[in-house]
This record gives sequence, structure tokens and C-alpha cells, in this order.
Amino acid sequence: MTDTAMSGPASFADAGRVRDPSAAPLTTADGLPLKAALRRSQRRLRLQAVLLVLPLLLFIFVTFAIPIAMMMSRSVQNPEVSEFPPETAAVIDDWDGEGLPGEEVFAAMARDLATGQENNTVGRVTARINREIPGARGFMLGTAREAATLQPPYKEAMLAANKGWGNERYWRLLKRETRSITPAYYLLALDYEYDSNGAIVKRPANYQVYQPLFLRTAWMSLVITGLTILLGYPVAYLLASLPLRTSNLLMILVLLPFWTSLLVRTSAWIVLLQQQGVINDLLVFSGLLGDGSRLRMIYNQTGTIVAMTHVLLPFMILPLYSVMKTISPSYMRAARSLGASNFRAFVTVYLPMTIPGIAAGTLLVFILAVGYYITPALVGGDSGIFISNLIAENMRGTGAQVRLAAALSTLLLVGVLLFYWLFNKIVGVDRLKFG
Amino acid sequence: MIASPNGHQNGNVGAGDASYVRFENVQKSYDGESLVVKDLNLDIPRGEFLTMLGPSGSGKTTCLMMLAGFEPATHGEIFLNGHPINNLPPHKRGIGMVFQNYALFPHMTVAENLAYPLKVRGMSKVEIETRVKRALDMVELPRMAGRRPAQLSGGQQQRVAVARAVVFEPDLVLMDEPLGALDKQLREQMQYEVKHIQERLGVTVVYVTHDQTEALTMSDRVAVFNDGRIQQLSSPKDLYEAPTSSFVAKFIGENNVLSGRIASIEGDTCRVDLDGGGTVGAVPIAVQGIGSRTSLSIRPERVVLDPGPDVPNGLDGVILELIYLGDHIRVRMDVAGNDEFIVKIPNGAEMRPLERGARVRLGWRTRDCRALDPVG
Ligand SMILES: Nc1ncnc2c1ncn2[C@@H]1O[C@H](COP(=O)(O)OP(=O)(O)OP(=O)(O)O)[C@@H](O)[C@H]1O
Ligand SMILES: [Mg+2]
Repeated sequence: MTDTAMSGPASFADAGRVRDPSAAPLTTADGLPLKAALRRSQRRLRLQAVLLVLPLLLFIFVTFAIPIAMMMSRSVQNPEVSEFPPETAAVIDDWDGEGLPGEEVFAAMARDLATGQENNTVGRVTARINREIPGARGFMLGTAREAATLQPPYKEAMLAANKGWGNERYWRLLKRETRSITPAYYLLALDYEYDSNGAIVKRPANYQVYQPLFLRTAWMSLVITGLTILLGYPVAYLLASLPLRTSNLLMILVLLPFWTSLLVRTSAWIVLLQQQGVINDLLVFSGLLGDGSRLRMIYNQTGTIVAMTHVLLPFMILPLYSVMKTISPSYMRAARSLGASNFRAFVTVYLPMTIPGIAAGTLLVFILAVGYYITPALVGGDSGIFISNLIAENMRGTGAQVRLAAALSTLLLVGVLLFYWLFNKIVGVDRLKFG
Repeated sequence: MIASPNGHQNGNVGAGDASYVRFENVQKSYDGESLVVKDLNLDIPRGEFLTMLGPSGSGKTTCLMMLAGFEPATHGEIFLNGHPINNLPPHKRGIGMVFQNYALFPHMTVAENLAYPLKVRGMSKVEIETRVKRALDMVELPRMAGRRPAQLSGGQQQRVAVARAVVFEPDLVLMDEPLGALDKQLREQMQYEVKHIQERLGVTVVYVTHDQTEALTMSDRVAVFNDGRIQQLSSPKDLYEAPTSSFVAKFIGENNVLSGRIASIEGDTCRVDLDGGGTVGAVPIAVQGIGSRTSLSIRPERVVLDPGPDVPNGLDGVILELIYLGDHIRVRMDVAGNDEFIVKIPNGAEMRPLERGARVRLGWRTRDCRALDPVG
């Protein structure tokens, strides 16, 4: 046989075409370099391709890329404090944060107070600062009223007007908060905050909401993904191996949920699972359950997991099916003829060949689940809601809440991208098969 | 990997060797309405290369699947080495198998594919390694161990599939159109290789194909299937030269058919009145008796033009078409009402020029003309 010359895949292509490496680059008949000629001849085709996708690119840019960029930028914005004392903001950055700032900072603050008093912008910012430094509102408003009459040196004048100006924490807060970009909302989204000295600390235990919710969202999504694999795999196998007529019918049943509104499906689960619902009624009726001990299967994690597994199941079945459909039954037969029992043949031959489908389904279901909103909102109760429910809640709130929501969303996005990256490392996205 | 440890030693040598594989009155139906295999009886001795040949849908694959254990027989019993195997699951039959699409496991390397049956049998690592190496040497692919099947050419995949089917030293190997996906030249080369491997290992091979050349060149015996039945079971030579039915005569090689009625039978020859006029002599093979209808079968290369006085059967024919093929000339003629009558004339020095439309006399020896069952 002729395999002696074939030491690697590359040598197939090279066999019998050994070229002198010193030879000049190839040219066309009229002397153009071949590469340039090839590029030119393909330019038209490339242009056509670009024109064809241009509308979609524009659409995605306007409706997707820009909003996401805006959301991400909003998550770090900090307009409340920084907009009020523009002159102080300009000079306070030079202060090293030790002791009290110098005269120039006090002078700038005096001018800011004067303009703030004129434009009525002091009130809003004092409220924000007063939240962290009680009493700040009092001395700020007080001095603002007399700002026009203050005389240099301002530092002494202001300290004389009110002892509050001698609070070092106040100035440190101002230094931090007058920066127009702040990580505060990300800290909050991860249950951290600045303490009164400006150090980053964990929030008190009873305020820790978001980190546990992120973790819960992740593990419940994993559980849901696992359940869809367990339930979807046999169904996909049936779909792929039954004769066409039966499998078509089964396929319609699988796709049926797609044709029903998500709300209708979720409400159906409420009807089934609630304490006065069908399943509990049946259990009580059949005597398996006492009337007093009806199961709580909804408005908690169980409800979310059951309903979401059902909703997301087709996204697991379809990629699995599309992979299984291409696996000829002769592989299993080959394994069995080679001496493997049915189970062993399945584990060592069939299962590995369906990994691209499992992986694609996992990716789809997990990413969809992590961002799910309606179903957890309807059937999740308190313990079964996802991070997106809190994001939505914050979206409807004040400016600061919206920025927190933006930070939470960005973290969610980063989490998903991280998952995708990890997934790519382990499975390899180019091996996936979605349909 | 010469003859097996399990077959020869387990006592049943006599019965096992004469009919190592035995189909006894086997019937198969998939739908409960029609029989795909009708009453199959077949004995295959140890070490034989037996080919199942037949048109599409004649039940060849079905027979192979029943033997391998993937389809249950609806009726009858299959014996392997003297033991009934109807209730033995496929993985306990120890039968090697080569599939048409090779069925190499794509997620394993060539070496892992070959190691699979050995691992399943719990062999030691060292043992597996030496056997895999020996198998790869046998199919002359010693450097391909680390490759994935997708990185091999069709012919190389084919060889790996053969190696995998014999690496665990089965006594019986089944092959279902293993060369069907290869181009003609590679197919011919692989025919020899498969045959040589079979001879070297001494394994019994049941081979399915619908390529008659393949069947004739490789087999010890050929079973011609049609409509769920074996039409003829004989050596390649007999199959071509002594077909016992019109179907086989037509299916194997080129064949001229003349219809007629038996006029008389004397010993091992008979006279037949042709429908198109004239009377010729033939060997009665499958005829009902005097007066019954029959189809005569004559191979194109056994017909001579301008027969001498020693050739008893002479007819007139008109030349319709001449095709020059180098070493011989194909002549299509109208003879006794059959305008598809083909004659092959060797391109010899003394050949006389032929013309389209010319009327020529042709003839054949009586023993080259076989009277078979009537068709149409
Ligand atoms: N799994 C099956 N279910 C139902 N009918 C089947 C099945 N497999 C084969 N058949 C039918 O049985 C008959 C014989 O099929 P088989 O595959 O044995 O033919 P074959 O001789 O191998 O043909 P080919 O040369 O085309 O491979 C065909 O009519 C086919 O339609
Ligand atoms: Mg077949």
C-alpha cells in the first residue's frame, strides 16, 4: 500500500507537488501577481455579500449593540453628586485624602454652594450625601444660604460657620462621589458597599440579596438543564429511531408547546400544581395524602423548576434529535457485533457520538434559563425567583435603581459569556450541532 | 490470528466443520403480511467464502442480520458450529462484521477502534497493543494508528473496518456490501485483499453483494437470491456455465434468450421448436416434458458465425448493430424473433468483414444451449 509517504495530514496535499522554495511568486498571464488578481476577482463577490448582510447588521447595531452599550455605561454613571459641585470636583482629585483638604478645595466649595443656592441644585445632592453622613444636609444647606457673604480664607470661614465642615469623612465621600464613573453599583450588585471610611466591605447579612440570587439562578438553571437532558434524551432517541409516521406525530407533540403562549403554559402549571390544584386533589382523592397535608409545589423553587423544565425541554430535544438522526444504527450494531452488551455499546459508542447535541442543548437551555423572567415571576413565589426578576423590579425604580439594574444585567451578561468561554474550553463550540 | 481457539477445540468438530453455519427452514417477515425470506436452507462449511448475490430487496441483508442476531428469525432455526443461536444476543455470538458504511467509531482513533472488541473482552493492555499492531500490519496501515476515521481515505477506512472485524479472531465474519462505496479500481484491489486475508486467517466469510463480478472473483460458492429464496447455490464456474434457472442465467453475465416449445427429448438432449421459426437442439435442465414451453439460454461468446458442418444448430440472423471493442466485436442481431440477440466475435486475423443489415448464418453446439424454465 501507499501509506509510507503519508506521515501526517499535511503530506496528503503536498504529495507530488514539491515546489522549489526559491521560485518567484506565481503571476497571471499579464504579469499581475496571482494573489492580487485573485483578490480583485473576488472583490465583487465580497461586496455583494456585505451588501446582503448590511440591513441586518444595521438592525442589530441599532436595536442590540447600542442599547447594550448604553446599559453598560449607565451601570457606572454617577451623576447625582458630580453634577452639583463642578468646581470642587475639579480640584478635589488633587487632594490626597488625608486630614482636611486645603484652602483651594474649600474656596471651590464656597463658589459651588453659591451657584447651587442660585440654581436650587443643592437640595438634591444634600439628600444623597445625608444618607451616608447624617447631618451633612443641615450644614450644607445652612452654609449655602450664607455662601454669598463668605470671605476668604474660606476654610476658616466655613469651619467657623459650622463644625460639620471639619468632618474628614464628608470630604472623602465627596472625593469618591464626584468622580463621574463609579463602581458603586457593581459593588452593590455583589452585595458589597463602601463603609464610612471609603473602604469596600461586605454588606450586612440581612441586606445580602443579589449574590445569593445570582448563585440560586445559576444552580437552578443547572438543575433545569440537567432535567431537560434526562427527560429529553429518551424522547430525542425515540424521535430519531421510530418510523417516519410515528416520529412525525411525536415531533408535533414536542413542538406543541412552541405554538402555545408561554403565559398559557405557565398558568396551566399553576392549575395543576397549586394546593387546591389538580394534582393535590387527585392525591387527596386517592387517599395518598391527607387533606391537611397538601403539597406545596408552586410559588417556590419546585414550581419554577417544574415549569421551566417543561418550557425549555424542546430546546434540548431538537439539537439532540438533529444529532441522533445522523447516527446510523450500524454503529450500535457494530459495537454489539464486536462483543459489547447493549448498555456498554450505548455508553461507549452512542453516548459519545451524541455529545455535540447534548452540548448544544445544554448551552441553549442554560443560557435561556439564566435570563428567564416570566415563569419564575409567575410561579416562583419568593424562593423561586431569578436574578432577572430583581433586575426588572429595579428597572422600574429611581435613577439609582435603574443603574443598579444595569449593573446586575451587565454582571449577568458577563456570567453568560464566562459560561460560554468555559464551555468552549471544555467541549469546543465548533463541535456543536444546533439543528 | 490463525484459526480460532474456540471453534476447533470444543468437541463438536465433525458437525461444526461440515456445516459450520446452518440455516434450517428459516423464514422472516417484518410486517406479518409478506415473507422477505422464504424457507431458507443453507449449510456453510468452516473456512468457506460464501457470497449471497441477488437483486435489491431479495433478502440478503435480512439473512445476514438474522445470522448476526440483529433480527429474529420468524420461523426456523440457525445453527453456529452445531449450536442453535436463535436466542443468543449478538454480542455473545462472536461474529465479526463489516458494514457497508464501515461503521468505524468516529470519536475513536484507528487504534481505539481496533482495541474496542479486545477491551470488551477484558484483555490486558499489552495483549491489546500487540494484537492491534498485528492487525494494522495485516491491512498494511501500520502508521495510521493515531488517526481518526475521518482522516482516512475510503479504501483505508475499508481496511480498518476489515481489521476490526477480525482482530478478536472470530471464526465467522459477515460482510454486507463492504466495497459498495469504493470506486471501481479500488474495489477490484480490495476484492483481492479481502480474499487474501480470508485465506490467510482461514475464517469463514459470508459476503453480501449485488455485484456479480465481485461474487464470481472472490467466492468459493455463490448463493443467488431472488424473492427471498436461493435460486442456485454453486461455484462461480457452475453459476456462469451451468445456470439452472432462467433467472440465474439472466442475472449472471450476458445471456441470449430464445423462447420455444419442447418437441422431443432423447437422453440428455432435446429438440426445441422456436417461436420465431426453426428447430434447435439443447440440454434439458428445467423443462416440464414434451410440449411444454421453455426458454433457451446461450452465452454470446458460445455463438459462432458461419458455422462449419460439425455445428448442428444453425439459424439465420440479420445484423442490426456492430460495436467495436478492441479485442472483440459485439454484434446485435435479430435471430428467430429476438432483436436483442448478442454475439461476441473475437478480433482474430481471419475474421471476415461484417456489415449492418447483412444476413448471416450462425450456430452453436447443443451442450452450450440450455433449456430452462420459460420466462414471460
Ligand atoms: N427493518 C425493516 N422493516 C421492514 N421491512 C424491511 C426491513 N428491512 C428490510 N425490509 C424489507 O425486506 C426486504 C428485503 O430487504 P433486504 O435489506 O434484506 O434486501 P437486500 O437483499 O439486502 O437488498 P439490497 O441489495 O438493496 O441491500 C425489502 O423488501 C425491504 O423493504
Ligand atoms: Mg442489503
